[in-house]
Amino acid sequence: MTLALNVNGARRSSPAAPETPLLYVLRNDLGINSAKYGCGVAQCGACTVLLDGQAIRSCAYPAGQAAQGNITTLEGLGTPERLHIIQKAFIDEQAVQCGYCIPGMIMSAKALLDRTRNPSEGEIRQAMANNLCRCGTHSRILRAIQRAAKEMA
Amino acid sequence: MKERTTPTDAGGLSRRSFLQSSALTISFSLAPLALGQSPAPARAVLPGSLNNNRMLDAWLRIHPNGKVTMCSGKIELGQGILTALSQIVSDELDVDLKRLEIISGHTGLTPNEGMTAGSLSIQDSGTALRFACAEARGLLLAAAADKLGVAAGVLSVSDGRISAPNGAATSYWELTSESLLKREASAKTAPKPSSQHKLIGQSLQRRDIPAKVTGGESFVQDMRLPGMVFGRVVRPSAPRARLLGFDAAGVKAMPGVLALVRDGSFLAVAARREEQAIAAANALRASARWEEPGDLPPTGAALFAHMKQQRKATSVVSDKKAADPAPAVRTLELEYTKPYQAHASIGPSCAVALWTDDKLQVWTHSQGVFPLRNDLSKALRMAPANITVMHREGSGCYGHNGADDVAFDAARLARDLPGVPVMLQWMREDEFGWEPLGSPMVMRLKASLDASGKVSDWSHELWSHAHSTRPYDPDGVNLLGSWYLQDPLKPGPSRNIPQPSGGSDRNAIPLYVFPQQKVTNNLLLDMPIRTSALRTLGAYANVFALESFMDELALAAGADPVEFRLRHLADARAKAVIERTAQMAGWQAGAKASSDRGVLRGRGIGFSKYKNLAVYCAVILDVAVDTRSSLIRVERAWSASDAGLVINPDGFRNQIEGGIVQSISWTLMESIRYNKQHVLTRNWGDYPILRFPEVPALQVELINRPEERPLGVGEGSQGPTVAALANAFAHATGKRLRELPLTPERVRQVLG
Repeated sequence: MTLALNVNGARRSSPAAPETPLLYVLRNDLGINSAKYGCGVAQCGACTVLLDGQAIRSCAYPAGQAAQGNITTLEGLGTPERLHIIQKAFIDEQAVQCGYCIPGMIMSAKALLDRTRNPSEGEIRQAMANNLCRCGTHSRILRAIQRAAKEMA
Repeated sequence: MKERTTPTDAGGLSRRSFLQSSALTISFSLAPLALGQSPAPARAVLPGSLNNNRMLDAWLRIHPNGKVTMCSGKIELGQGILTALSQIVSDELDVDLKRLEIISGHTGLTPNEGMTAGSLSIQDSGTALRFACAEARGLLLAAAADKLGVAAGVLSVSDGRISAPNGAATSYWELTSESLLKREASAKTAPKPSSQHKLIGQSLQRRDIPAKVTGGESFVQDMRLPGMVFGRVVRPSAPRARLLGFDAAGVKAMPGVLALVRDGSFLAVAARREEQAIAAANALRASARWEEPGDLPPTGAALFAHMKQQRKATSVVSDKKAADPAPAVRTLELEYTKPYQAHASIGPSCAVALWTDDKLQVWTHSQGVFPLRNDLSKALRMAPANITVMHREGSGCYGHNGADDVAFDAARLARDLPGVPVMLQWMREDEFGWEPLGSPMVMRLKASLDASGKVSDWSHELWSHAHSTRPYDPDGVNLLGSWYLQDPLKPGPSRNIPQPSGGSDRNAIPLYVFPQQKVTNNLLLDMPIRTSALRTLGAYANVFALESFMDELALAAGADPVEFRLRHLADARAKAVIERTAQMAGWQAGAKASSDRGVLRGRGIGFSKYKNLAVYCAVILDVAVDTRSSLIRVERAWSASDAGLVINPDGFRNQIEGGIVQSISWTLMESIRYNKQHVLTRNWGDYPILRFPEVPALQVELINRPEERPLGVGEGSQGPTVAALANAFAHATGKRLRELPLTPERVRQVLG
């Protein structure tokens, strides 16, 4: 039995059972580094990826349910040579300490900026409320998202 | 020896004695020590970590192909240390950053610098590299002078190219040789004055960030070795519980299961796929039966009364008496408390282990690869020379979290799968349930004011469990899993890190000048719930108490809190950060709190010089207290700090900002829940932390003093922040909260 998935524009397959959390399929079968295990119960946001443009928690999302959609991970936004505007904004603002939560932050920001052209600071804070950061990098992350929003507008 | 438990938390002499005693285990190119000799007593003291890692080529290698390798025993924790160290090397050696390759935290390849902790990396490793590079540059210039037939003094260097005024030129890459840096450092070549720094003092972008924002392999969790399998550990149901039985046959038959290890009460499983390992661990947990001792301490306020009754070692760490003290006109005596708190790393701890022909390799995010190797060797009963421990980044740890323990778990499990790399990550509930916690503390303060409104007598007595139970204790093994083996090992005894850094008593000695003072530390000797180093150790709670008490005394003296602090300070740099922060916030003496439709607003200040040895930092916070919801919200934060020569100002700001936010989270929300049997906190629902909507606007400034030596900054703002918050609450409401955290329940109690 193989599971077929559309990830970052490519057709990929995995031997995982369909109920396997998408996170483990992405990380261990498809070589995706960005989505991280943080809590396993959709509380922290470290595993956030996009499914048809919506931010989902891949740690608690059965891979089989994502089979029909288009999955985008941080790797699908840009590369160090060709950065996405949001990735570049995180570098410009040095909006990272340890960086473990950052892939989830960028994917949540992407989902926000795709649906809200010019979000207010309050809207950004609300949209990011379920992405946890322990290093206390929040104000830089806010600035990075505001910078990206400006450049994308 | 107390100091050996946490070498770099302790600093100073204690760290040196640790490193000397451990030097025999260093295998790489540290010739005099590696030969098994003790350092000769008459040898010169060298700056920073150079003193214990004296060979130049232990720090620096210059290759004929134009590359430079820099080695540091300190590791990246997300604090940007490797970027800062690269700035130092680039400036002192005069080479472009592009030439630099960095090796850090590797028991086979780097100097042993103990732990990366205590905000000491710039002081230890940065200082060593400054002097090593200056000396290497001097040696290369001398060689160039010989070759070109000119005086060394007339030569100039640019990116490794050495030129004479007559146009003759050579380069590091032509002059370097195997033997050039194979010599003991003398530290006689002075590093450059700050006026010649090009990168030091600049906000260079961090070298690790591009990979972290694009999905590069950045963390130990991202390692994928050929044939790697996945492990999970099944922790006991309670601390010190004993495994009675479990369903071995059923679990072994589960899909993908490759190994099931039961060693006493240590239980772990490996499977081909990660989700299979998790399913097998869940099945094991469901079937396991445990005998639980039910010996956890009382909760709530009863904990603190209980703590005072426990076995303890009492030491007076400061005792100052005046011959003729001014008579007291007013005396206050108050008690402050702090609960058990967690590191709560976003990513649960993880390690990869691989056994090959009875040799073990471990990849870990431990803060100390050498101390970890030491304890692994004791726990696995094998020679340290057969273990290589290599650092890979993990999620931010903020002290001693599960990093070392998971490395043992992975190594013990992998021992049953020789030749197969095993990645073992803790689950979220393992991390909350089993990471060593920050100790609860009670601080009892008493002070008298004289007729002039100055403190005439001060006392600070505290009760706390140990703040450092890291690996490298001479009398125990500080790896969780090893205590549950069939043939169990014992943890090291409770110890305090001695002053001047202090452990429980860190920052308990006031920087203020009081004519009489006494500081007493009661170290509790038993540890029903395991505690260890959480960022700042005792300083967070001590500064909370000390700086809250300063405000209570200022109020009693009818003085403004800022002015009251300044009148008791002699240290000009301390005064400067307080004055600058007050200026930034527009502090006005006597400003009244405001009240607007049920929301009370006020502001408060807190100050400390971390460890009384590191960064000076003041914080002012504006808070709003909603009398209906009883929620405290921090609206704005200002901070000025002074850490002497700043290597990377933006990295410095990032640390101060992060510390403010983390401390607000600890202060408003954080407390571990437990009952007689179990630690109950298991996930983020049980242990909320500060989120985006609750983070204040921050304004952080540095006072740069490039001619002063660099001071550690990573733990500078937590103490001032908790105090500023408690003081702002008191200013806003006229009521004082002396128990952390400042939850809505407690706010409701005092506001009535």
